[in-house]
Formats: sequence, C-alpha cells, structure tokens
Amino acid sequence: MLAYLIRRLFAAVVMLVVIVVVVFSIFFLIPKWAGVDVALSFVGKQADPAAVEGVRQKLGLGEPIYAQVWEFFKGIFVGRTYSGGGDVTECAAPCFGYSFRSEQAIWPVLTDRFPVTLGLALGAAVLWLLFGLAAGVLSALKRGSLWDRGAMIVALAGVSLPIYFTGLLSLAIFSYGLGWINGEYVPLEDGLSGWLDGMILPWITLAFLYAAMYARITRATMLEILGEDYIRTARAKGLREPVVIRKHAMRSTMTPILTMLGMDLGALIGGAILTETTFSLPGLGQAVLNAIKNQDLPIILGVTLITSLAVLIANLVVDVLYAVIDPRVRLS
Amino acid sequence: MTAPLHEPTAEAAPSAAEEAALVGGDAKAVQGRSLGRIAWERLKRDKLALAGGIVVLFLILVAVLAPVITSLVGQDPEAHHEDLIDPLFGTPVGSFGGISGEHWLGVEPVNGRDIFARIVYGARISLLVGFLSAIVAVVLGTVLGVLAGFFGGWVDTVISRVMDGLLAFPQLLFIIALVSVMPSEMLGLTGTGVRLFVMILVIGFFGWPYIGRVVRGQTLSLREREYVEAARSLGAGRFYILFKELLPNLVAPIIVYTTMMIPTNILTEAALSFLGVGVKPPTPSWGQMLSSAIDYYDSDPMYMVIPGVAIFITVLAFNLFGDGVRDALDPKGSR
Repeated sequence: MLAYLIRRLFAAVVMLVVIVVVVFSIFFLIPKWAGVDVALSFVGKQADPAAVEGVRQKLGLGEPIYAQVWEFFKGIFVGRTYSGGGDVTECAAPCFGYSFRSEQAIWPVLTDRFPVTLGLALGAAVLWLLFGLAAGVLSALKRGSLWDRGAMIVALAGVSLPIYFTGLLSLAIFSYGLGWINGEYVPLEDGLSGWLDGMILPWITLAFLYAAMYARITRATMLEILGEDYIRTARAKGLREPVVIRKHAMRSTMTPILTMLGMDLGALIGGAILTETTFSLPGLGQAVLNAIKNQDLPIILGVTLITSLAVLIANLVVDVLYAVIDPRVRLS
Repeated sequence: MTAPLHEPTAEAAPSAAEEAALVGGDAKAVQGRSLGRIAWERLKRDKLALAGGIVVLFLILVAVLAPVITSLVGQDPEAHHEDLIDPLFGTPVGSFGGISGEHWLGVEPVNGRDIFARIVYGARISLLVGFLSAIVAVVLGTVLGVLAGFFGGWVDTVISRVMDGLLAFPQLLFIIALVSVMPSEMLGLTGTGVRLFVMILVIGFFGWPYIGRVVRGQTLSLREREYVEAARSLGAGRFYILFKELLPNLVAPIIVYTTMMIPTNILTEAALSFLGVGVKPPTPSWGQMLSSAIDYYDSDPMYMVIPGVAIFITVLAFNLFGDGVRDALDPKGSR
C-alpha cells in the first residue's frame, strides 16, 4: 500500500511537470511559431519598445524554455525576484508567478478565489451524487417501468442541456421572474444565508447536469452487474434481495462512478468556467477566463497548475478508495 | 421492445440458407443475417432513436441549405434592422423579442439582426465543428489505438501513457487556452475560418483518447482470436491482418463512439463561442448568441431561449440517435 502510494505520488509529480511544460509551450512556442512576440502579451496594448524589452528581461523570456520552467518551479519554493528595465519586483514564496498586466502576484489571486470554486464544486457534488445515484439505482432495479423511462428521459434531456442555458433560465425564472432568490454571490464570511442564496442556483444547475450523467452511468453499470455470476451466486445461497443489492451489486457499481467522480470533481475544483461565468461567481474559472481574454499568461499558468493538481489529487484519492469499496481491487 | 430476434435460428440456419439460395427460393427460407442487418432492424424498432435520426437529418439539411432557406424567407443573418429596436432600452419592439410575420423568431437587441436567419446559419457552425472534430478524433484514436493494441511493447506503453495523461488534463481549460493563443491568420485562412479550423483540430485532439482506449482494448482481445491466428499461420502479413481481419471488427465500437462524440463536440463548440473564444460575431453561432443574451435575460428573455432551445434539440437528437445506435450494435443487447 505504501509503495503504491509513493509510486502514484511520483507519477503525479511527473504529470505536473509535464503539464507546466505543455502550458509553457502553448503560450511561448505557439506565438513564436506564429511570429508574435511573447513579451508583447505581458505588457499593455500601447507598449513602447523599451517597456517590452524590460519585461523580456524581467521574465527571462529570452532564456530557453527549460530554464524558464526551472525558474518557475524554483519560485514556488524560494520566491522570485524579477529585475530588469530599471525596477525590481519581489514575489514572495510560494511564488506562482507575477502578473505584470494586473500588477499582482498570482498566489493571493489563487487563494482568494479557491474557496468560491471549492464551495461550488463540493455542494453540487453532494446534490448530484444523492440524486444521480438514487435515480440510476431505482431505474436499474425497476427496469422498463414507468419510473425508469421517465427518469431516463429526464436524464437524457439533462445531458443535452448546456449549463449556461439552464443557468440563465433559472436566473430568469427564480431570480428575476419570481424574485425568490437574489442570485448575487456573497462570501461565506459575510453570512451563511447570503452565501446560500447566492450558491443555491449554481449548485442546482450544475448538479442537474451531473446527476443526469451519473444516473445514466449508474443504471447501465448496475444492469450489467446484476447479470454477473456472483450476483446469481449470492441469490442462490439465499441472501435476501436488499442484501444482494446493497452488499454485492452496489459495491461494484460504485467503482466506475468513483472514477468519474474523481475526474469531474478535480476538473470542477480547478475552475467551473461555464458555471462561474453564467452566475458571475468570482472563482478560479472566472479568473482564468478573464486572464485568457486579456492574455494574462501568469494567471493562466497559475490556475492551470492548481487545476491539474486538483485533478491529480482527486484521482489519487479515488484510486485509494477503490480498494476500500471493491474487495476485488488490491493495490500493489 | 421485447420482440424476439430469432437469433438462435439465424445462427443455426446457414446451411438452410445456402440450400435455399441454391434452390432459388429466398424470401420464405430462414436467412442468416449480417450484424449490420440485425443492427439496422433493431434500430428501426427503436422509435426514439428513429425520431432522433430524423431530426439529425433535418438539421443537416437546414445547415446545408442555409443560404437557400434564408433567401426564401427574405432575411440575411448579418443585416441590421435598427428600426425594430426600442432606442431607449435597446430591446426589440413588440412582444416576445419582436416576433412577427417577417421575423419569425424575432430580432436581436441593439442591432436588430434576424434571429431565425442566425439560428439557421448557426446550425452550420455547430454541425461542421461537431462532425469534423469527431472525424479528427476518430482517425487519430483508431490509428493510435490499433497501433498500441496490435504492436504492444513500448509502442503500447507510450501511446497508453499519452492517453491517460490527456484524459487527466483539465480539458476545457486547455481547449480555451489553445484556441485563444492561435494566430488570427494561418494556412491562407483568416477570421472565422481560422477559428473554426483551430476549434476542430483542438476539440478533435482532446477527443481521440476516448476512442483510442476502446479501440486499443478491442484490438488487444481480437489479436488473440483463433481466426487471426489462422490467418497468421496461413502466412498473412501484418498489414493484411490489420486491415482485413481486425479493422472490420472494430467498425461497430468506432461507430458507437463517433455518434456519442458528436453531441459532446457540439456542446464544446457552443461553450467556446459562449465564452467568447470561439466563433465571433457577426458570424452567427448559437453559443455566441447565448452569451450576448446574458445581458438581456430579464428584458428580452426570448433572445436567450431560442439559441438555447436550438442547442438542446440538436444535442438531444444526436444523443437519442447515439443511444439507439449503441443499443442496436451491442451484441449483448437484449432488445
């Protein structure tokens, strides 16, 4: 178990390095190949040549890409000093980069916005697991019934609806039309009820989409597993049906669901870009989208790294949980 | 749904069918049916899948005939009708977003462009990106998946690691980043052309591991079958086995994953245009219309509902059809 964990952690670190290199390549090599000066995208639109040259020196953009990646990682642990063009900018550890566009270090941006996204992702996950799994299991057990068909039609509609449409629709109905909800984001520190009021629509909208997906997968997996030999064995040895379902069928149904949960949750924690844009939630997703529009590369780099980290950690946790849930899985 | 398929009879029948063929009578005798035939018959009985398929065909027609349709109606997707806009609020004059005999689905706020014409033209963008990026993904996924499964060894290791890595990537983020960083002119294309080209490539690129994994798994198991071994012992070359023995058996899963991938790609395109990194106005795209509708969700809700419903119907139709195809091609399926 320990050896497995160490190996997985090592693989995760390698993956992170790969991701940073890829991000660097996307933002540094593609413009180069297209004949656009990278330094230009770090300064304002009305940049004079001296300022561009200063930024180039400050950020070490003239250095080869591996040296830049190395500087970036070093900055996370020991901080970084950007100097060049006459002035010096300090970026304390953990330095995830410094945005010369918006004149701020990246780490505080990340820590400011992370709780918003985390709250959104976790709240929605609780809802969609609850409803998605329940609907899927019930449908599988009552296959072909009216409930099954109804639930599956709703689920199919759910996966076909873009979240920014259901989000806008819910805002138009519940916030503007009925006036039940204010719909403005309020930080948790400023009061629980305001926070809940701002989060309830994003949660429900996001959870609806994922609950639909999870219900479909749960139903399909459960149906397949109910046809397995060991379920017949369990029934044959006289176990009562609820025990067969709970102890034998549910456990193996959970494994693919967990895989999905790990990926989805990881991706969402790294920024629910669409949901945050629709509901104007000040989370990581909104930050990275704004950064992409402004070509603010350091922020993109920072958020991408956090996103990837979240995905990797979520996957790792899921893999360990496998062994707990499914007795057939042994980690080695 | 539960009508019997007579599969056992069909399997036991080849000699009878051959006999019938020899004698010349074909209709009455029990015939062996190909997998494709069985699948088609199953699909025909699936009402929902058929409905989905018909809507998909209809949408393809609309997309192809967009210029004809709009000129018949007498509307241009990029023409402004400022006279139909309330100068004070910027919203269309009249109820339901300015719906009238002339403008069937109303007009856009501020500039008064005809929504019907824009929806019709928007179908082109959605379907074009949906289909072409699926093709990119299928070609890449099939080639690399077969290579990994067939050759094994380090080829398999490298391709599998790349697939795992790509699947663990924060995809939407990378798609947005890649699309936004691409140059505005390349390969003789400009503006919307470049954006479409880049979107198709990038969406397709992030889609191939899904197909690649399935194809690899199938190839791995097919490679060990007796009939492949038989071909090999008869002296068949690698490429003969690859193309004549393996690929025909991979067609079913590839078709299933392709049909399921198209709606996802359509949603991704809409999302990119919604986020402002995909197709830009005045070129009409459903996602981009929804994004402009954000500012009017209270004053002109119809503007948001129409492109939203267009995306919903399109994706739902593809999903219904895809589910039907999957059930029809599934050898274990009981339907």
